Amino acid sequence: MAKKKKKELNLRQKKYQELVKKTEPKPSILKNVILAFVFGGTICIIGQFFTDFYAKVMNITPELARNPATVTMIFIGALLTGIGVFDNIAKYAGAGLAVPVTGFANSIVSSALEFKHEGLVHGVGSKMFMLAGSVITFGVVTAFFIGLYYALFIL
Amino acid sequence: MGKKVGKQTFSFDKPPVIINTATVAGPFEGQGPLKNYYDHIYNDNRAEQESFEKAEREMMSNACITVLNKAKITPREIDIFIAGDLLNQIITSGFTALGLEVPFFGVYAACSTSALSLIIASIILESGCAEIALTATSSHNLSAERQFRYPTEYGVHRKPYSQWTVTGAGAALVSTKGKGPKITCATIGKVEDLGCKDPMNMGAAMAPAAVSTMLQHFADTGRAPEYYDLIVTGDLGKVGYELALELASSQGGFDLSKNYYDCGLVIYDPEKQDVHAGASGCAASALVVYGYLFKKLLDGKYNKILLAATGALHSPTSNQQGDNIPTIAHAVSLEMV
Repeated sequence: MAKKKKKELNLRQKKYQELVKKTEPKPSILKNVILAFVFGGTICIIGQFFTDFYAKVMNITPELARNPATVTMIFIGALLTGIGVFDNIAKYAGAGLAVPVTGFANSIVSSALEFKHEGLVHGVGSKMFMLAGSVITFGVVTAFFIGLYYALFIL
Repeated sequence: MGKKVGKQTFSFDKPPVIINTATVAGPFEGQGPLKNYYDHIYNDNRAEQESFEKAEREMMSNACITVLNKAKITPREIDIFIAGDLLNQIITSGFTALGLEVPFFGVYAACSTSALSLIIASIILESGCAEIALTATSSHNLSAERQFRYPTEYGVHRKPYSQWTVTGAGAALVSTKGKGPKITCATIGKVEDLGCKDPMNMGAAMAPAAVSTMLQHFADTGRAPEYYDLIVTGDLGKVGYELALELASSQGGFDLSKNYYDCGLVIYDPEKQDVHAGASGCAASALVVYGYLFKKLLDGKYNKILLAATGALHSPTSNQQGDNIPTIAHAVSLEMV
C-alpha cells in the first residue's frame, strides 16, 4: 500500500511555516460564501425554470422533467466552457458554479478541449475524465454502499 | 582564470559581457507597465500556432533570432546555446535548438533558469572553450497551467497568494568581449526546503532559497547589500517578497527594503490586472532583466545589479506523493565596469 508518510517538520521549518501563515493573505471566506450562494442559487433558479418549462411543454411530471432540465444545464455549462467564459465566471462564483452539474460539465469539457492536440485516443478519449474521474468513481462506490444499506435494512 | 570565493561563489577573472538581449511577451504581459521594453508583443496566446506548447517554442525561437539580428550575429557564430524552460523534458528549449542548429546545453532550474544559464555561459567563456554563448528561457501561462495545475478552461477559484505564470521568452548573448554589463561573479544556490507544500503559494516556498543565496553571496564576496544599486529576485511575488525582507533581516541582519525588489511585482499592473500576488515563471526574471534592466544598465540608471533568480524544483508527482516543495536560487552580479 502506498502510504503517505507525514514527515515531521524540523524547528527551522516550523518557525518558517508560522511566519508564512502570518504573512500570506487569507481568502475572504464571507465574500466567497456569499458569492457562491448567489451564483449557486441563480443556477438552481435557472434549473427550476427549465424543469417547469419542460413539464409544461412536454406535458410530463416534474420528476421526469428534471432529466431534460439537467441535460440543458450540462449543455449550458459545456457551451460556456467551450467559448471560454466559464472560467472567468468561476473566478468569482467559486463553489457556486462548481458544485451544480455545470461544474461537472466544465471539468469534462475543459479536459477534453485541453488535450485535443494529443489526439482523439491518447488525448480527448483518455484525458476527458482526468478531473471528473474521481467524482464518478467515488459516486459509484457511494451509490453501491447506499444501495446495499437500502436493500438490507429498508426493503 | 576564475576562482572560487568563499563557499558558493565563482569570481570571474575576465568577466563575460552581455552584449545584447531580446524579449518577447504575450498579450497580457504586453498590457503591463514594462510593455515598451519588450522587442515583440504577441496579439494572441497561441502566437498563430496550433498548441500552447508550440506557441511557447515560437516565442523562444523568436527571442533568439531577434537577439542575433540585433547583434548582427549568425547562428553559425554561436559556440554554445544554453536554454531551459518549465515544460516536461524542457521541450521548448530542445525544439528551439533544433531550429537554430547550434551546439546545445539544456538546463533545468525551473524559474531560476535565466540566472543559471548566464552562470554556465560565463564559466564556459571563462574557461576559454567558447567565445560567444546564447542563453534563453521561456514560460507560457497556458502550457504551464495545464502541466502543473488544471486544464486552462477549468473554472477554479484562485487563492489570493497565487501568482500568474508569465507568457514570454528572453534571450541574451554573452561574449568574452564587447560592450555591456559584465557578469563579475555568480553565487550557485543550494536547494532549500522550509516545509512549504502548497503549489499555489510559490513565493513562500522560494523566499528562503532567495535569501539563503543572497546572504551567502554577501558573505562570500564581502559585499554589503548597499554595494548594489539594485537587488532583484526572480519571481517571489508579493507574499514571497515580504517574506524575503523579513528573513533577510532576521537571518542576516540586513535591511533590504531600500534597494531590493522582485521581478514578479513589476510585470503586471496590480491595480488593473487581476493577478493576485504577481508574476511567476521563467520568463518573469527574463523579461525584467533582459528587457527593462539591461536597457537601464546601458543608460546608466543602474551600475551594479544583483539578480537572484528563484525556482521551485517540484513536480505535480512529487507534490501528490506528499513531498515538500524544494526550491533554489542562483545569483549573478551584473556590473557596468
